[in-house]
Amino acid sequence: MRAPRPLGVILVIVLALVPALPMAGMKQYVLHVMIQILIWAFIGGAWSLMGRFGLVSLGHGAFLGLGAYTAVLLWNFFGINPWLAGGVAMILTALLAAVVAYPCSRFQVVGHYFGLVTLAVGEVIRLLIVAERDWTGGSLGVSIKPVGGDSLLAMQFADKRVFYYAALVLWLAGLWVWARVDRSMARSAMEAIGEDETAAASVGIHVTRFKIGITVLSAVLTAIGGVAYAQYISYVNPDTLSGIGVSLRIVFAVVLGGMYSLLGPTVGTALTIALSEYLRIAFGLRLIGMAETIYGLLLVIFIIFLPSGIYGSLAALVRRQRRAPAAAAVAG
Amino acid sequence: MIDPIFLVEAALNGILLGGILALLALGLNLIFGVIDIVWIAYVDLVMLCMYLVYYLVQVYGWPVGLGALASIALGALLGIGVHLTIITPILGSAPINQLLATGGLLFFLQSFATFLWTTDHKSVRLSLPSFEIAGIFVPFTRLIPFAISIVAVVGLYLFLTRTFVGTAIRAVSQDREAMALMGANPQRIYIVTSAVGGLMAGLAGALLIFQYSVHPFFGGQFGPLTFMICVLGGLGNMVGAFVASFIMSEIISLAGVIWSTEMGYVIAFVVFIVMIFARPGGILARRG
Repeated sequence: MRAPRPLGVILVIVLALVPALPMAGMKQYVLHVMIQILIWAFIGGAWSLMGRFGLVSLGHGAFLGLGAYTAVLLWNFFGINPWLAGGVAMILTALLAAVVAYPCSRFQVVGHYFGLVTLAVGEVIRLLIVAERDWTGGSLGVSIKPVGGDSLLAMQFADKRVFYYAALVLWLAGLWVWARVDRSMARSAMEAIGEDETAAASVGIHVTRFKIGITVLSAVLTAIGGVAYAQYISYVNPDTLSGIGVSLRIVFAVVLGGMYSLLGPTVGTALTIALSEYLRIAFGLRLIGMAETIYGLLLVIFIIFLPSGIYGSLAALVRRQRRAPAAAAVAG
Repeated sequence: MIDPIFLVEAALNGILLGGILALLALGLNLIFGVIDIVWIAYVDLVMLCMYLVYYLVQVYGWPVGLGALASIALGALLGIGVHLTIITPILGSAPINQLLATGGLLFFLQSFATFLWTTDHKSVRLSLPSFEIAGIFVPFTRLIPFAISIVAVVGLYLFLTRTFVGTAIRAVSQDREAMALMGANPQRIYIVTSAVGGLMAGLAGALLIFQYSVHPFFGGQFGPLTFMICVLGGLGNMVGAFVASFIMSEIISLAGVIWSTEMGYVIAFVVFIVMIFARPGGILARRG
């Protein structure tokens, strides 16, 4: 499903104007939250490229962590700029994705099993980051070496507005890729594979090639998101970028929004980040853990009562209402 | 070069750890095999039971045995509670939603524990003697939990194979539609299964608190490992899960001594990934 064009253009214009809006002292904070939403929505979109075809990965933290750490470590130790290092990160992540996807596809590891294999991969990457503490700073994380001042080459800027526009462009690029996949032949092939692998193979679909392709695409985009997030926060930590926690958060946001629609991952990410930010501010330093407790509780409730996601459920409702008058016209 | 005595000691520790992992894995495997839903938050229920024993024994001065019984009771109640409130409404949902509902429970339990008890590590220390065999010290604080786990595992095996309810549980895990057609009530079997699975979690909690300190993120330490043992052993295959527990605990223990703790887990997870490809039905499954 595609968002109507005029509406989409208006949305982009409004988003582009956000930094110019008067928000008194709140501006830096609002921009900070918006940047996080855009980057994580991009990552969520990357995840949903696989998720919507039944390849439910619980280990996207692996790709996120590998991407972010590769770029940061190459910059800190060898002075390789994040553009080049980001390229290296993408190649490494693509390799990791292919190494995981090939046997999964060859041996028909699907469903729960696929989830658990990817979960193990995510844990392996997180533990390796912690184990190589001489390089990575272990579980304390590591900061990006500052260049002092703005530098396009080092992707470091003092002004949040630069990051905001960069994140906006990244998010739009992610939507474009999503829409391209949605309209391509690969989508029909992947849907057929998701339904029944053997049947898909029997009509001449190259199952292994498509599965590896979509996994590598999703992983590389996730790595780009990881590099972008690391550059913005200028600090990386194995727990915020790798492991089960972050992998589950990505999946939550996407499922909450709805993974079968273009804007679903964005809506879900915006809601979960806004919710956790709101709870964090509402509770502040009092009642530590309460904000996250309510967050967890709401997630369980959402999953039970809105199984096809918020955006997905709304979109289905709108479609039903649109179809109803049309049906009435035909009947009359 | 590492002194061989350290390796022997590590291997022994691996066996002792394997007993407890077997307890965790069998409890989860039972639920997984019968209800076909992965309780991502299973080890977080164990964490709650550990806190209960800590408070009863360390703070309120209850005898250890009574604290352990309370923990087992809490585990069974939690198992039933989770089943009725979270699992029952999503029995027919897509697998991903089932996974996420219990994943949300994991977030909830972790942060609620942080809220109630802060992130401090808490432990109960018992002063029991150790005995020595050939220069290796074996502490009773680890040997007794091992023995109790083995007894519990054998007990579970007998319950599943020798009793009427146990037979019903195994029947549901083999074919749930056929069981419903035979007039059995799956919901009742599910509740019994969840209670037994929770009971195992409670017992594991009571045994773990004497060896490990408990904190809100305890689930992350054993959770992923427990799912992997279940899959490695083969779903619903109790003997397989038992064997897999010891394989994993030996890998972690030996690699932990030779390299580092993290590398021990890394190797265990890599072995898991490779084994899924090599033997998807579990280590004891016959190749089809």
